[in-house]
This record gives sequence, structure tokens and C-alpha cells, in this order.
Amino acid sequence: MSLVSIKSLTRVFDVSKPWLNRVIERLPKRFLTAVSDVSFEIEERSVYALVGESGSGKSTIGKMVVGLLKPSQGTVQIDGVDLMRASDAEIDRIRSDIQMIFQDPFASLNPRWRVRDIIVEPMAARGGKTEGLAEKLLEQVGLSPLDAGKFPHEFSGGQRQRICVARALASEPKLIVCDEPTSALDVSVQAQVLNLMSDLRDEFGLTYLFISHDLTVVQHMADRIGVLYLGRLVEEAAPGDLFDAPLHPYTRMLIEAAPKMDGYGREVVPPTGEIPDPINPPNGCAYHPRCPLAIRRCSAERPVLEQTGTRRVACFRAGELV
Amino acid sequence: MNTPVLQLDALSVEIPTRHGVLKPVDAVSWDIAKGEILGVVGESGAGKSMTGNAVIGLLDRPARISGGQVLLNGKRIDNLTPAEMRKVRGRQIGMVFQDPLTSLNPLLTIGDQLSETIDAHLHLGRAAARQRAIAALDEVGIPAAKDRIDSYPFEFSGGMRQRVVIALALCAEPSLVIADEPTTALDVSVQAQIIALLKRICRDRGAAVMLVTHDMGVIAETADRVAVMYAGRLAEIGPVAQVLGAPRHPYTHGLMGATPLASKGRSRLAQIPGAMPRLAALPKGCAFHPRCPKAQNRCTVDPRPTVADGAGRVACWFPMGAP
Amino acid sequence: MSDFPQPAAVKPAEQGRLTRLWSSDFAWAFRHSPVAICSMAVVMLLVLAAVFAPLIAPHDPFNPATLNLMNGFTAPGTPNAFTGEQFWLGTDDQGRDVFSTILYGLRISLFVGFAAVLLALVIGVTLGLIAGYVGGWPETIIMRSADVQLTFPSILVALLIFGVAKGFTPVEYRDQVAIWVLIVAIGLSDWVQFARVVRGATLVEKNKEYVQAARLIGRTGPAIMLRHILPNVLSPVLVIATISLALAIIAEATLSFLGVGAPPTQPSLGTLIRIGQGFLFSGEWWILLFPACTLLALALSVNLMGDWLRDALNPRLK
Repeated sequence: MSLVSIKSLTRVFDVSKPWLNRVIERLPKRFLTAVSDVSFEIEERSVYALVGESGSGKSTIGKMVVGLLKPSQGTVQIDGVDLMRASDAEIDRIRSDIQMIFQDPFASLNPRWRVRDIIVEPMAARGGKTEGLAEKLLEQVGLSPLDAGKFPHEFSGGQRQRICVARALASEPKLIVCDEPTSALDVSVQAQVLNLMSDLRDEFGLTYLFISHDLTVVQHMADRIGVLYLGRLVEEAAPGDLFDAPLHPYTRMLIEAAPKMDGYGREVVPPTGEIPDPINPPNGCAYHPRCPLAIRRCSAERPVLEQTGTRRVACFRAGELV
Repeated sequence: MNTPVLQLDALSVEIPTRHGVLKPVDAVSWDIAKGEILGVVGESGAGKSMTGNAVIGLLDRPARISGGQVLLNGKRIDNLTPAEMRKVRGRQIGMVFQDPLTSLNPLLTIGDQLSETIDAHLHLGRAAARQRAIAALDEVGIPAAKDRIDSYPFEFSGGMRQRVVIALALCAEPSLVIADEPTTALDVSVQAQIIALLKRICRDRGAAVMLVTHDMGVIAETADRVAVMYAGRLAEIGPVAQVLGAPRHPYTHGLMGATPLASKGRSRLAQIPGAMPRLAALPKGCAFHPRCPKAQNRCTVDPRPTVADGAGRVACWFPMGAP
Repeated sequence: MSDFPQPAAVKPAEQGRLTRLWSSDFAWAFRHSPVAICSMAVVMLLVLAAVFAPLIAPHDPFNPATLNLMNGFTAPGTPNAFTGEQFWLGTDDQGRDVFSTILYGLRISLFVGFAAVLLALVIGVTLGLIAGYVGGWPETIIMRSADVQLTFPSILVALLIFGVAKGFTPVEYRDQVAIWVLIVAIGLSDWVQFARVVRGATLVEKNKEYVQAARLIGRTGPAIMLRHILPNVLSPVLVIATISLALAIIAEATLSFLGVGAPPTQPSLGTLIRIGQGFLFSGEWWILLFPACTLLALALSVNLMGDWLRDALNPRLK
């Protein structure tokens, strides 16, 4: 049963210059396509990871799933409720089922609020009972209940991220979207937070949408991984399949380029080129300018995400070796 | 034996605050030979960036070097006047910082910035300096360098900017390059490109490199030797295969266990309990003992300085793998 | 979960506001800055003098029954030629004790100053929050109005408001409402800087993740602005308010000096200066000098405090 169902999700930003400039300089309007026709499903109680570099649109997708951004096209369905079309009452009902954990532990907490107020706010906003809730949640994330009266600046980065997790749990959600939750943390702290998230998932039956640029973290946490490039989903598979036998050339490049802990003195052939401009994406397949397998068809036609077994790939020459 | 390019001799940095004197760097010693890449790894607050700043003389007041020496090619540089240090910086030491956006002056073209640095240190005159600048940009892989030399930093992408920063650091042909988290702000694919560039260009010129980062994977692939820092002190130093493959210090061992790559399979990551102590509240004795699985009584009173251990040094009374 | 870090739990986790303030870096910097302490002391002294004026003033300068015209033009410290009375700071042309008039004048000056700044602050912060958070047309309207208003010198704006108010008020009430019109005039001429600063700070805070987290759980705009953003944009407001206070006091003195401010029945320091100015060159220098020095001391101390506050609250200077 899929808790989250994303279909043909697209988001376009208008980045044109102000009207006056355009009139005087005779410039056309400019649009940035951050997300282009992305579809995937997340099973209940599973961890779905979205992996990509900058400009891949993963954060934008995360924001659309939780309702912070409206999609330009496509649908986001959570627990059967279509976020775009449902009535306000319905959206209000499932609002407490969706929560988000952000990347920056320093900007995620209001510096002027006490930790207790921060943690219970999701429950307080719906008029629920908040007595003792903060202390209980603090214990669950491994902090002391005595910390409830402190201010965020008295905590380290890892501890703040745990407070964010506690806040996310306050409304008893079903889905938690994690936008690079450990990217700003040190390795040892990251391990603590990731373990915590795994434990909570088992304990509360949570579903995670885990957004990251770090392949190693994703490999450890995810049940299913979706690889994004320039706003398009290029491959989707289970971690074992993805890392053992990547089908899309971009995935292959990504795995190859990631530093390996036992790669002493490894001479990597670095990838060529850079991520193209999302305002003027290449025709056809977005990756073709850098792809060692590119043929004429790739610059003319955009490949569609196709199912092969339990995996999906968007490439005309998927699986072929160079 | 050749003189090492950089030699740190019990270097200490102090910051007087109203809570007392903090020691972000405590008696750190190592040296880097010509053409060698030393990776300095540690988590935030370990003091690795502060060490780099102390070497290059860019400590923000009130932090100051309180002990030890820094020797560049055999000559002391920690006690130079600001004017003398300015001559050393750029000419003998090149620096690559983390954020390429703020490392370059947004109001000057990259050609201007490069020519200015080359001219200031090599005294070539503007025209010759410009030729050198174009050659430098070519070397770091900026396509169509002759056309792009008059562009402004904002016209480049993050990866390209970092290449320009590397060109800037190396244009006066320094013997030491300090790179402080050069790839942390970049994407994985760009990171691979920058690391390959750094390795190649430093090997070609025989420059010594001090690579400061928290990313163990980058260290594994780039460094010849690794220094692990914890709470301002040197925990372990040695050849990269030894330190990462068979770590002697319990902290390094814990760090390697906590990295996701190391734990294949979906079980929990091995985690080190607790957190790095704040500088204002360092434990007595060994700074790591509250979190150490092998801590014993001696560790709570006596911090051990690094002692030779195989091909490296380790600061532990009971290193892993010892009888 | 014993392997997670334990807090250093000797002191109670919750410290009261005052304790936190006293042991903070801010209070420490204050205790160690002679400028801050001196200027704060002067301001406190003047405020207390104004508040307790009825108790401190040796004479009531506005009670016609106690005034003796023969006391007029007495030099400070010397006994009067006719009545033999002594006055610390001398008397003016009507026989009013200059010291007492200064004390009562301080009252008006401080009251108008504080009230005007308060008004400007409330208007400016509210408009700034709305402009920054909502954006779009409200922002354009508010900021362009602010720009337009800034092209006029604030004294002219105050004069304009004053003139309009005067036009609408019947003659017999003019003296009574003069103070309130003064407050509104100065307050309305001063809101712009608050709005600008608050708008800028709001734009920064708006993009931070804690605001997104609040939107996520369904908080509406006004709730977010008031409970989340406002506490975080207040520290520059404090600095501006202090410096505005000095400017408001001087603005009030200016308007009173020009004759359009405080009425003669409730003279402020500015009025006193105007009165004294007429006698400066005929030899009775004390009628001008002492009110002017008081005004100077007040404005200077408030300004210095504002300067110190700005440096103390600036995180980049640490």
C-alpha cells in the first residue's frame, strides 16, 4: 500500500527580470524548470531516498510533498488525499501526518523560543494536549527531559538535529520528509542521528522520504533509491541493485566519483563536464552532453522512465557498457 | 634527509576569553616533505582549521600562537612581522579555502586577480604576468582561458571558481599549499574533478600539501599520510593505509566504524557515545577518555603525547592492536 | 539509551530571565565599559529628576501666586537685589526659578520623546513586518511611501502635521492637545527607519527553516510574524529606538524653539531655550545656558548609549 503517490510532478520557477527591465532591454521571460515530470511511489513504513547533486530538484520535490510549495503540474497524493484538490478540512486532517526535518540544525529552531515550546508547537497548533509531551519526546530522542527549558544555542549541532526529530514526532506523523538531515553534521554525530532515525522508524512505523546527496548514507538507510538529474528521475532501484549494477550512465558516474574509504591512492578518472543550466536544459536527455554512451537519438528525444523488473531507468542504452 | 617543507614543532594556539584561556591547538607536531600530501582530518572543533590559520599567520584576534614553532623550509615563520609574513604568503605558501564564492574578489576580473598576485610575488611586469595567468588557467582546466580571463567570478560555476582559486594559490609557485575543506561545498562529481586536479598539479610541481577536511573518503584517495586531530590535540598520524585500514587510536577506530561505507548491510552504524568536549570543558588527562571503550585509570590523569608506533605516531596509552 | 550525551545537570535547566541577562556576555560588556555606565548613569539621573520634579523643585515655576516679578533676572547663586532670595541657577524674566523650570521642562521633553519613539516603533515595526513577510503589493506600497516620506526633512513633516492639526482644533483646546499633537507629529515623521530595518531582518528570517517548519504545521501569516519573526528582529530595533529617542528629544526641542511645540503653559527645554535666547546678549546668560546644557547632556548620553548598544549587539564585532 503506497502512502505517498507522486505523479508527473513538475515545478517551474519564473526567474525573469523585473517587468521594467524586460521592457527596456527587450528580454524574454526566463523560466527555471526545477522538477520535470517526476513520478514515484513510497510504500508505507519504508524509506525512499532521493539522491542527486545540486540542481537536481530534490529539495524542491521535498517541499512539494509537504505542501510548502505548490506544484506547477502533477499531483501529490498522501494517504489518498490529493494535496492540490482536497478541501481545506481534509488537508487540515492530514497535515499532522506529514512532518519535515531540515538540513541546517542552526536555522531550524527559533533561537528565541525555549526547546519545550519548539517541540510541542505541531501539537499546540492543532489544539492538542501538550502537557509533558516535550519531556517525553526528548527522552525518546536521547536527550534529557531537563533540557526542555533551555534555548537552542545551548546545544550542539547533533543535539539540535535531535530536537528537530523530536519536534517532527510531536504530531504523531506517518510520513517524515528528511531534507539532508545529516549533511551539516560530523561523521560520529551523523551515525548517532541515523541510528536514532532507524530506531524510531521501527518503533513508530514511520515512512521516510530521505533526501541526500551522500550516496553512502543513502545506501545505508534506504529501501528504495531514486536518482535525480536536472529535475528528472533517471533511475530507481533497491540499494543492492543500484550499487552493484547501476544501469544509467549518470548513476554509474556518481558511484564511481564518490570517494571510497579503501581507495588508497586510487587514481580516479574524473567525470567530464558540469551540470547544465536548468534554465536552458539540453534537448532530449539532459545527460547526453556528458554521456560516454550518447547517440544521436539522445539529443533529439527525451527518454521515458521504463520498468525493467523491480527497477526503472530512463535511458535508451540502459545497462550497456562503454 | 631533505629538510621537510613544513615542520610544526609542538605548535599551540590560545584564545583568552572571559571564561578562561581556551586551547584550540595543543602541542601539535608534524612535518610534510616535498611532494607529499598530508591529510588533516577531524570533526568540527578539533582545531584543524585553526592549525592551518596559525601556519599561514591568519589567526583572528584574540587568538594567538602561544607555544612551539612553525618552520617553512627550515626557517621560522611564526615570529615574523606582518610585513614579512605577507611576502611569505602567496609566494611560499598558497591557500585554498572552502568557499570559492568568498575567496575571490567579486569586483575584479579573475585576470586582474591572477596578474596582481603573480606580479606582486614574481615581479614580472603586467604583460608577462597576464601570459602566466592564462597559462595557469589552462593548467587548471578552464576551457578557452584566453577568452575567459577577463570574466568576473560570478560568471563561473562553483567548480570553475574553485579551479580559479587553485590557480590563484599556485600561480606564484609556492612550496606549500594549504587546502582547507576545498571540496566540501561542491557536488560529488565536481569534487572528484577538483581532487584529481589538486593531486596532479601538486605532484607535477613537487609542492607539499596540507589538506584539511572532515571527509575520510577524500583523505583515503588523496593523502599520503594522515593526521587525526581531536579536541585540539594530535591523536594519530601515519601512512594513510595504516591509519584508515588499521587505526591504532580508539577515536580513529570509532570514526572509521561510524562511517556508513564501512558498515555494509543495513545494521546500525557503530557509534561513538557522547560528543567532542567543548574547549572550555576539556576532561583531565586524555581528551577522549570519557568516550573511550578502552579507557583506564591512567587515561583520566595523564594525557599521553604522541609516541612512535610503526610507521606513524599515536597518542594513546592503550592503542588498538597492542599486546 | 545510556550512550547518548548527558547534560551537565548540576545547575537547574531553567534560569529566570534576569539571571540569564545578568550572566550574559552583554551584561559583562556593559559592566566593563565606562562609556556605557556613565551615559546610563546620566540618563537615569535626568529621568529620576524629571519623575520626581514636584518633590525636588524648590519652587513651583508655574504657579502665578508664588511668583514674584521682582525676583526676575537674578543671577545664579547671588541674592536678589530686591528680595534677597537666592536661586541656584538664577531666575528668568518672570521671576521663575530656572532650576525648577528645567526640571519641569525635562518632564515634557522626556515624555514627548519616549511617547513619540514608542509610536514610531509600533507603526514602523508593524509595517516592516508586513512588508517583509507578505511582500507583493503591500510591500511596494509601504516601502514607496517610506521612500517618499524620507525625501522630506522630518522637521518639515512634523511642522506639516502640526499645522494641519492646528487648523482642525478649536482655539480653546489648542494648548491642551499641543503635547499630543507633538507626539503624533514626531512619531509619524520617524517610523521609516524602523520599517526599513525590520523589513530587511524579516526578509532574512523568512527564509530560515524554522519559519518553514511553522508554515508546515499550519500556522498562519500573522501568527508567524508575531510569534516567530518578531522576537528575532528586535535587537536592531532596540538600537534604533535609543538613537531615535535622542533625535526625538532634539526634534521636540526644535519645534518648541520654533514656537510650534510645547505651549508656554507647559514649557519644555526647547521653549526655555527660546525664551533664554532673547536675553543672551543682554547679559542674562543663565536663562539660556542651563536649559541648553541639560538638553545637551540628555541627548548626548542617550546617543552614546545607543552607539554602545549597537556595537555590543553586533555579532560581527565580537
